[in-house]
Formats: sequence, structure tokens, C-alpha cells
Amino acid sequence: MTHIELTDTEIIKRVLQGEQALYGQLVQRYQQFVFTLVLRFTDNREDAEEISQDIFVKAYRSMADFRGESKFSTWLYTIVRTSCITFLRKKKPATTSIDNEGTFVTLENRESSFSANLVEQKSRHAVVNNAIRQLSPDDAQLITLFYKGEQSLEEIGRIMGYDPNTVKVKLHRARHRLKEKLEKNFNFELNSY
Amino acid sequence: MEDRLWEYIDGLSSPEERSALEELVANHREWREKYAELLNVHQLLNASELDAPSMRFTRNVMEEIGRYHVAPATRTYINKNVIRGIGAFFLTLILGFLAYIVSQFHWSGGNGSSNLLSGNPNLGLDKINTIDPSKYINGTYISLFMLISVVMGFLLLDMYLQRRKRSRTI
Repeated sequence: MTHIELTDTEIIKRVLQGEQALYGQLVQRYQQFVFTLVLRFTDNREDAEEISQDIFVKAYRSMADFRGESKFSTWLYTIVRTSCITFLRKKKPATTSIDNEGTFVTLENRESSFSANLVEQKSRHAVVNNAIRQLSPDDAQLITLFYKGEQSLEEIGRIMGYDPNTVKVKLHRARHRLKEKLEKNFNFELNSY
Repeated sequence: MEDRLWEYIDGLSSPEERSALEELVANHREWREKYAELLNVHQLLNASELDAPSMRFTRNVMEEIGRYHVAPATRTYINKNVIRGIGAFFLTLILGFLAYIVSQFHWSGGNGSSNLLSGNPNLGLDKINTIDPSKYINGTYISLFMLISVVMGFLLLDMYLQRRKRSRTI
């Protein structure tokens, strides 16, 4: 028996018609993207898993509101972002903007356990992931959405509430900061790659 | 330099800009080195891996949603007639207020020498000059009118923003 992979829209249509079990396919399809995006906001895997689970439940409950005017992933990542911001607000009594460089510094200090000798211990990809974790949540999420979330600048703008041109500028800056981190904190030789 | 190169790497440059940059990269060492550096970052990011949740994740989500139903779409329970009704209520209120002011004028009173046509009933338009505007346009009425206008303005803004948000995010 051949297994035909359903598109997101087909799955949603059938879930709305009562085939709840099919939602599992959407969860499997996007769980890594969602989990990675959430991990950009919280470095704790348990928290990230709980938030990700809540996100999928929220998406299921409000599925009737998805009108198919954007990709399902874009709609889902909008829920990811609002859920993560809510989590950060609840977690931190003193409100700190996610655009704030101070947040970035705090994260950097907290992540100091990712020492430079990781270069020897882990692969280059793991090093890049660790460097991304040292960025501010906004920068890290922006880079993840662009490179791994298959989202265009316009779609990222919708998710993050920015103008596409602002997204472009922020993406350039985020990559610049990432490059600096790779070079300074991980002694990463970009030219030798 | 970096911004231009990133646009080139992301495929966002115009054809003219692309050829200009290709020439710069080919002929200038500084540009070539920076391009190689940024391209490395780009390739590393493309090749980076996603984190995976626990093996039980999908099952946990499915168990959780088993307790819920899909909520009805927002558009099915936000009745536009209710919003229109609220608008109509405040519009009626303003019109009623204006009608009340107008009704206070004594259109037919007085013996004026200012009849438009002799023999016609006196329209009493000359009385308008004797109306004391401060009686009707005083602080209380202006405040009330402003308050109603502001409320209506907020309602219209809210309707506009909701419509815009829905069209952008869903």
C-alpha cells in the first residue's frame, strides 16, 4: 500500500471534519521547528517541551481560525512567538525587551558553560547551534526562521510584527553578531572552513 | 560592504547589483575575503540542525488534544451586526443631540422686518441673532460631544485594526 503524504491544508481540512488523529502528522512535521524556535527563548529543554506542547494544543483548538491565506507554518510560528513572549513575561518579573542588548548579555553569561573547547568536542554544526543560543532570543529566532523555518522575509515580518525591510536589516545584524560570537567565543576560523 | 554581500548571498540583489558585486569580488581581495567569510556563515547556518523534542512528544500532544475540541472560528461568533448596532446607537445619540439643539430655536417667533418675501409668514430668522450660543455650546455639551466622538473613534479604530490583524496573520 502506497503512503500518500497529505499537504498541510488537506490535513487541516480533514481534522476540521473530525479526523483528529491526522493532526499527529502535522505535529510530527513541525515539532522540530517549533521546539527549536522555543529553545531560542528558553535554554531549558523541559520548559521548551512544555511550551511546544501548549503551542500545538493552541493551534489545534484555534484551527478553525486558520483561513489558508498564509502557509500553515507561518500561522503556527505566529503562535510560537506569542507563546514564547508570554512565557518570558511570566518568567521575568522585571520586564526586559527581547530586542534589548541586556538580554543578550544575560544569555551570554548564562551560556558561559559553552566554552571554547567545545570546538574540539563537537562538530561544527553543534558549535553553530551553541553560538545561536548565545544570541538574543529575537536574533536567534530570526535566524532560525530564515534558515530552518522555510520562511521568506515577508513571512518572518508577519510572524514577528516587523516590516520586511526591518527584517532584512535585523537579519544582517543578527548574522554579524553570530559571526562575531563564532570568532570570539569559539575561535572559529571562518576563512578556513 | 557586508549588507551588500548578504543581499547578494540571499539572492535579494538586483541584476545590476549582482554583476557589480561579482566584479568587485573577482577583482578586489578585500571583497573576496569578506565574501568567502560570509558565505561560510551562510553555509553553516543552512547546514545547522534542528533540536528534537522527546520521543513521546507527539503522543503527549495527541493525548492532550483528545480532551479538547476545535473551537468555533472567531468570525462565526463575532457578529458584525452587533458592531454595526453599537455604531448606529452612538450615531443616533449624536443626531438626537443635534436635533434637540435645533428644536430649541424659535423658527416662527418674532415680527421681523427681515422677511424674505412680503406677505409670507415670518420665518423669524432674525431671532437667530438673538440666540445665545453659549447657552447650548457650553463646556458640558462640548465635553459630552467630544466624549461620544472619541468613543466612536475608538470603536472604528478597533474595527479597522481587527480587520487588518486578521488579514495579516490568518
